[in-house]
Amino acid sequence: MSSSEITPKQLYVRRREFLKLGAGSALALSLPAFAKAKVEHGAKLAGVTANPKYALAEEKKNAYEDITTYNNFYELGTDKSDPSENASKLQTRPWTVSVEGEVGKPRKWDIEEILKSFPIEERVYRLRCVEAWSMVIPWDGFPLADFLKKHDPTSRAKYVAFESAVQPQMPGVKGYAGIPFPYLEGLRIDEATHPLALLVVGLYGEALPNPDGAPIRLIVPWKYGFKSAKSIVRIKLQETQPATTWNQYGGGVEYGFYANVNPDVDHPRWSQAKERRIGEFARRKTLMFNGYPEVASLYAGMDLRKFY
Amino acid sequence: MKKALVPGAFAACCVPALWLAVQLVTSGLGANPIEALLNDLGYITFVLLALTLACTPAQILLGWNWPIRIRKLLGDFCFFYACLHLLTYTVIDQGFDIHAIAKDVLKHKFIFLGMGTWLLLLPLAITSTQGWQRRLGFRRWKRLHRLVYLAGGLASFHFLLRFKTPRLETLAWMGVIGALLLVRAVEAARRRARVVESP
Repeated sequence: MSSSEITPKQLYVRRREFLKLGAGSALALSLPAFAKAKVEHGAKLAGVTANPKYALAEEKKNAYEDITTYNNFYELGTDKSDPSENASKLQTRPWTVSVEGEVGKPRKWDIEEILKSFPIEERVYRLRCVEAWSMVIPWDGFPLADFLKKHDPTSRAKYVAFESAVQPQMPGVKGYAGIPFPYLEGLRIDEATHPLALLVVGLYGEALPNPDGAPIRLIVPWKYGFKSAKSIVRIKLQETQPATTWNQYGGGVEYGFYANVNPDVDHPRWSQAKERRIGEFARRKTLMFNGYPEVASLYAGMDLRKFY
Repeated sequence: MKKALVPGAFAACCVPALWLAVQLVTSGLGANPIEALLNDLGYITFVLLALTLACTPAQILLGWNWPIRIRKLLGDFCFFYACLHLLTYTVIDQGFDIHAIAKDVLKHKFIFLGMGTWLLLLPLAITSTQGWQRRLGFRRWKRLHRLVYLAGGLASFHFLLRFKTPRLETLAWMGVIGALLLVRAVEAARRRARVVESP
């Protein structure tokens, strides 16, 4: 008889959390200067090949420590350092991703099956946050288009909706401020099937660390970071434009559905003309579509000031 | 004990600057040190503004007189940190790009409120000396220094708009500022009532 038969899982997970919390806060109190979280490295991913088309050799990659300790992941807390400090509050196994809606072959995947079914490539992408900072990150993943194709999208599949995980032990999901969780994001189908759109399972050749949206997340490099949903549990293809978290919050004032990186359209509270690359001192100019002009044709004829 | 109050408060007000300097040198401010410096300086300024505003209510409610003796010092340090905050924004963060800063101030409420707060604090810092108090006459000086109430209000909304979502911490601080102003309002109303009754 295993202990899991005696103690309900929810309960022992919470107990372990409690013990970790106790030990963690004792340590943090005694050593305030060393309380800064270091994020554990994930398991090495097998068979990752670098895609030379997206090597971005002219740009300097950000350090692992920066990429894993400076994050926005509101389910784990609203400060940049919260996701790394609360990294253990995200349970990444067991993990399933459900693909549903306007598809011929809906399927509920186990994460291990996904990892085995798609060849993983490394792509170095620029990441531009809506808060006017940016990084250069070597992601490991596979095109979202390849993943969607496996499910035979129907002709009514005009949009793709992404839903992130909500777990009761996450400190941020009991939100008082009315941020609706689960976190929802969405893309138009032509955006989702653009070759740049990536489903990411790793970073620097290792399993994706928790603060970065383990075990599987989206990366849409020409859009502000918040469009790239983390810790995805559900992908739904549908005919209508999906509601997104930042669209719903505060009457949609935070940002629109498209959220393409655009130096000419300001955020309500700051300019988007420049950005600070993490690790650099002076701000640099923000590039249209974050320096991915190949996506411009997706928006031909659209007023990007209106559809921001 | 009484003699140690002012030097003690002075030393305490220097601690955040020294702490930030050490953090900056030892890269303890994380991946985006400029942002962290900017935010920390803003937070220290706000706390000092709240402490400055708390001196009079401490006298009214608790009968303490010692906070009044360090009120000027707290106010001056509040302005000192406000200047460091502003310099970090204009020089380090924006690279002294006047055009970008002007656009930022005029277009965005968040920046406008911050700049407005600093502009309100400026005349108060200049006239915080006894010489200026004499030159203006106490009544006029006092009326001028009521601008600090408005500064407290603007600073609160600047702090609130800093985040995507209203944080409990910010709301609590706004409550503190509101309560400190309310104590004064109630006291002023009571005094007026007394003046009406007494003759």
